[in-house]
Amino acid sequence: MNEHPGKLLHNLLLFGRLLRGLGIDVDTGRMIDVVQSLRFVQISERTDFYYTLRCLLIRRREDYLLFDSAFKLFWRKPHEKPQSTMRTAGRLRRPRPIIIPPPLRLPDPGLTPPGPNGSNLHPHEPPIILATLTYSDREQLRHKNFADLTEAELEAIQRMLAEFFWQLGQRRTRRFQPGRGRRIDFRRTLRENLHFGGEVLQWSQKEPRLKPRRLVILADISGSMERYTRLLLHFAYSLTSGFSQNSETFVFSTRLTRITRSLKEKNVEHALHQISKSVPDWSGGTRIGEALKAFNFEWGRRVLGHGAVVLLISDGWDRGDPAVLREEISRLQRSCYRLIWLNPLLGSPDYEPLTRGMQTALPYIDDFLPVHNLASLEDLAGHLNKINENPPVRRQLLRGTPLRIYDG
Amino acid sequence: MKNKTGKSAVDSIDSLQTAMRRKNYIADRGLVTSIYLAIKLGRPLFLEGEAGVGKTEVAKVLKEVLDTDLIRLQCYEGLDISQAVYEWNYSRQMLHIRVQEARGEKVAEAELFGPEFLLRRPLLQAITYDGDKPPVLLIDEIDRSDEEFEAYLLELLSDYQITIPEIETIRAERPPVVIITSNRTREVHDALKRRCLYSWIDYPSFERELEIVQVKTPLASAELSRQVTTFVQEIRRADLFKIPGVAETLDWAAALVALDQQTLSKTVIEDTLGVILKYQDDVEKVMGKTIDAILDRMGIHE
Repeated sequence: MNEHPGKLLHNLLLFGRLLRGLGIDVDTGRMIDVVQSLRFVQISERTDFYYTLRCLLIRRREDYLLFDSAFKLFWRKPHEKPQSTMRTAGRLRRPRPIIIPPPLRLPDPGLTPPGPNGSNLHPHEPPIILATLTYSDREQLRHKNFADLTEAELEAIQRMLAEFFWQLGQRRTRRFQPGRGRRIDFRRTLRENLHFGGEVLQWSQKEPRLKPRRLVILADISGSMERYTRLLLHFAYSLTSGFSQNSETFVFSTRLTRITRSLKEKNVEHALHQISKSVPDWSGGTRIGEALKAFNFEWGRRVLGHGAVVLLISDGWDRGDPAVLREEISRLQRSCYRLIWLNPLLGSPDYEPLTRGMQTALPYIDDFLPVHNLASLEDLAGHLNKINENPPVRRQLLRGTPLRIYDG
Repeated sequence: MKNKTGKSAVDSIDSLQTAMRRKNYIADRGLVTSIYLAIKLGRPLFLEGEAGVGKTEVAKVLKEVLDTDLIRLQCYEGLDISQAVYEWNYSRQMLHIRVQEARGEKVAEAELFGPEFLLRRPLLQAITYDGDKPPVLLIDEIDRSDEEFEAYLLELLSDYQITIPEIETIRAERPPVVIITSNRTREVHDALKRRCLYSWIDYPSFERELEIVQVKTPLASAELSRQVTTFVQEIRRADLFKIPGVAETLDWAAALVALDQQTLSKTVIEDTLGVILKYQDDVEKVMGKTIDAILDRMGIHE
């Protein structure tokens, strides 16, 4: 603060605004801290000034790079135009991906597509199509393969999915609550017996608190899965909106994309619209192994703690290296409570998991289930609900064990 | 500043850096700046980074530099108030009731829940600390605790106070220097981070790591220190699930000294690889070609 304290203050605020514009969450209180810190730091020392701003304004390592560019552009010697610099920095944050529209089926001509602000959407509109279905229609629909649905049926199923109630099995936490457990709650015991003059007449107990397990969905959206993609995204939406705090969703074909945030949208069409923009590789080839590797290295340790259940949705058509797939799926299995593979092809009676990908992965899967019609989803719901009752049996597999043909 | 924290050590970033170096902690400028400001502004410091880059060590060194006490809270799932903050001493309370009874007196509730029946756990200790300098409070591996505990920390971290319903709200006279560490095994809530200064500790550069090895393993020969550092720096670039941290480098250097090795060789590396790589997959991956390639680049031949 040697020359123009007023100007410096002004610039600091501008810099804060620049960061905010770049998507970094800088709150006003923090700017006060920055001003305070100038009493302690020689801001003529550029490095110290840099680190001061960084430790005060940034809260995630991911933003370090962005901060670096913003700092260099903003606090430079004054001759260039500041505006152009801000734009350059902005590009860093939002690299415009080549947007390939997803293979979403177009709705019936009568229905208007969702507008960007939701003006055309009627979330509370009564489910007209559903209402016209008779019981036997519904039954038929329950067993119809997702791949053969007509547009109207698709709509109907999506509505039925929205009404689904998902509940994932619970796990014991290490936190206690008053109850009928074996542990004695001394605090309550003492308090409740005070009026007996400190004579303990009633014991209070406590029991472990239960929490739903965390759910992680990894969905294959490659070309071979195209017919199922839209419905499966609806499925993921319905599944995760139930326990939003506790689920993570990723999609992959050649690359892995996290879509957890998009799925938190209130409106399912908005969510799918966002996802279609954020995923760079719709209907590409499949490299399951590489996608799992990306997941294991980047996210595994962060989202698989505390007995998570993983749903891997894929048809097992894999064009990647089987060795990588084996290594990564085995790692994935070891780091979660339950690894469930959902395969839409498993629904047809004559399907055998002979593809190389499926063959490689099978020994490492705890449950191999179909996901091809509504009935199978209902079964899945039942299975998830009872997930604690039949814990998986996992055998130690020898490395390099010859591939085993799946025999039922 | 109202607190007199070690007359000279935290006068400036430079003096803090020198003081930490004197205690064998080689920190880069960014880290020192954040520690310095955390002390000066009286804010908690949130340190994030991979395992073994020296996050916990920061607190230990600060204790030395500031010449005060270190109060440490190791986090785990289910960590609750009775373990982290305070607990009533039930047996003493019971005894007290009996004694009063024998005297024919009644016990008032307020008497039973007074300070003398309070067991102070780390967080309360830090808040009610009565030494002449504020203590260093280390909340280690916060990512291991759960959301409930994080939420509890909010009050403590923003106002340095703790509320005990039976007594009152206790406010720290001299706020402790708070260091929170996380291995990022899960995302810590933003509300908590917002109350802290933030610093990500990266793996050190070659020069810095070499200096750390030399300072921490003085018995290692100059050649061995250099080779160990180079090798670890190289292997960090391999496609590993768990990259070795500085802690592993130091363990390895110490192990090699204990084995009386003056320089690295392929056999020695293969025999002691378990010191730096902790996953069998990783060990298998680098055995053979990767090790050969690195040794080749280092100019070590059998």
